Amino acid sequence: MSFNAVVTWWAENTRLIELLVSSLWETLIMVFTSGFIGFVVGIPLGVLLHLSKKNGLLESTSLNKILGVVVNIGRSIPFIILLVALIPVTRFIVGSSIGTAAAIVPLTIGAIPFIARLVEGALLEVPAGLVEAAQAMGAKPLQIIKKVLLPEALPGIINAATITLVTLVGYSAMAGTVGGGGLGDVGIRYGYQRFDATVMMITIVILVILVQLIQSLGDYLVKRVDHR
Amino acid sequence: MIEIKDVNKVFYQGDKAINALSDINLTIEQGSIFGVIGSSGAGKSTLIRCVNLLERPSSGEVLLDGVDLTKLSDQELTNTRRKIGMIFQHFNLLSSRTVFNNVALPLELAGVSKSEIKSKVEELLALVGLAEKRDVYPANLSGGQKQRVAIARALASDPKVLLCDEATSALDPATTISILELLRKINKELNLTILLITHEMAVVKGICQEVAIIGGGKLVENGLVGDIFAHPKTELAREFIRSTLDLSIPADYQERLHSTRVENSYPLIRLEFTGASVDAPVISHVAREFNIDISILSSNMDYVGGVKFGLMLAEFIGPDECAEKAIEYLKQQKIELEVLGYVI
Repeated sequence: MSFNAVVTWWAENTRLIELLVSSLWETLIMVFTSGFIGFVVGIPLGVLLHLSKKNGLLESTSLNKILGVVVNIGRSIPFIILLVALIPVTRFIVGSSIGTAAAIVPLTIGAIPFIARLVEGALLEVPAGLVEAAQAMGAKPLQIIKKVLLPEALPGIINAATITLVTLVGYSAMAGTVGGGGLGDVGIRYGYQRFDATVMMITIVILVILVQLIQSLGDYLVKRVDHR
Repeated sequence: MIEIKDVNKVFYQGDKAINALSDINLTIEQGSIFGVIGSSGAGKSTLIRCVNLLERPSSGEVLLDGVDLTKLSDQELTNTRRKIGMIFQHFNLLSSRTVFNNVALPLELAGVSKSEIKSKVEELLALVGLAEKRDVYPANLSGGQKQRVAIARALASDPKVLLCDEATSALDPATTISILELLRKINKELNLTILLITHEMAVVKGICQEVAIIGGGKLVENGLVGDIFAHPKTELAREFIRSTLDLSIPADYQERLHSTRVENSYPLIRLEFTGASVDAPVISHVAREFNIDISILSSNMDYVGGVKFGLMLAEFIGPDECAEKAIEYLKQQKIELEVLGYVI
């Protein structure tokens, strides 16, 4: 394809391009909003999962069991089913079950248990001796979480954020199939249902680049904060 | 002053009860350096953890300046722990914080102001000799430097007591000596009570005034280091003392060693000098008196707390009956003596 051909294609398809730009924007909003809310809820949940474990700082077998079961239920429901099952909840929260804002609800709820487990795993990497040392210094549980556990687990938590955001990019495409908008929606409606291979390719390329950018940024940040 | 009274600790493995500590009684005087020695699994780690209640004793009392720590509320215990510093075998520094911020952590926890933290931390880093490493992350420090940072951190809240949990076990011998020197220095300068646990008698010998030997969760023997070295009452104590003076028979001697006397062979003898041995130049005396030649194969003599002690491997070269008489004489001088065999 020569340069001229690209320019002609661009001029002839302004509407399609506008559509791609706005749907990319929708995808970004879905991914980052649900990712953000997911982390706001998921990090405390992961911390609680870690601390309530046997020999943990706030050992509570019953709490740990309950949280574990809830998180596992959330993790085991296929996202596409969660998407449909949550429609009443979505309607209650957003007022509609269609659109980008509506898609954010199931995306967030799907992300929370995922993030909680990843954060739990990141906290598990913090050597138990550090918590012991902090206790010996006279640190209170909340101080241990804030000053020892979370800072020491930060590289792992950033890594978890990267994995979560990449997963959410994929989930957001699924949300598109039920009227959530975004690049997945464009790919399905224009690319798949209208047999338009060019549109399909373009959406895929944009998604690939998006995932690459998220991963590279995540890797860079991990490198910056990791002093182990 | 620390008093440990009738402390017991029982762990449960399923239904099986394991007595990690049984009826431990110890008194550690203000300003002293007290060592607890034991092999791995003897319960010494559990014991030191009972002092700041990282491990809660199943029964018994732990008194710090007359206050029973086991009866304190969580809040009071937190405040009391700030008066008990602790360092660990694996340093336990926060990898996410620089040297400066690691030392600052206990002060942050106690809510000390930023300017006070700065002057205190800089003073401590100077004390441990790491002033120029203040902005380095622990990952870029050597083991000895990491332990120095840990010591500075432990001293940040002006503790009365420093607990050392195998603090030198992960360090090489030269670094161990420098860390022990630092501990002795802070003991003197700050009048800090130090309780250390170790499995190396060399550490006890190098720095402690008093020592307790524990085995199988029980206190086997305790007292002044010099007394223990001079008059070890138990086999366990003797073993630890011997471990500081490792003398093994060279391989080529081992090959030439016979268990019974044969033609043209000489006895190979291990002599063990303890505090009970007569403090006289016995070796040269025996050689002159009984007309034998003594060839020293290897020897390791030491002087701790005013007592000479040590091990020696030697061949007694001379007629049978002279060697026998010499051995008899040395035994009378309270030198423990064992004929290892006969060398051709």
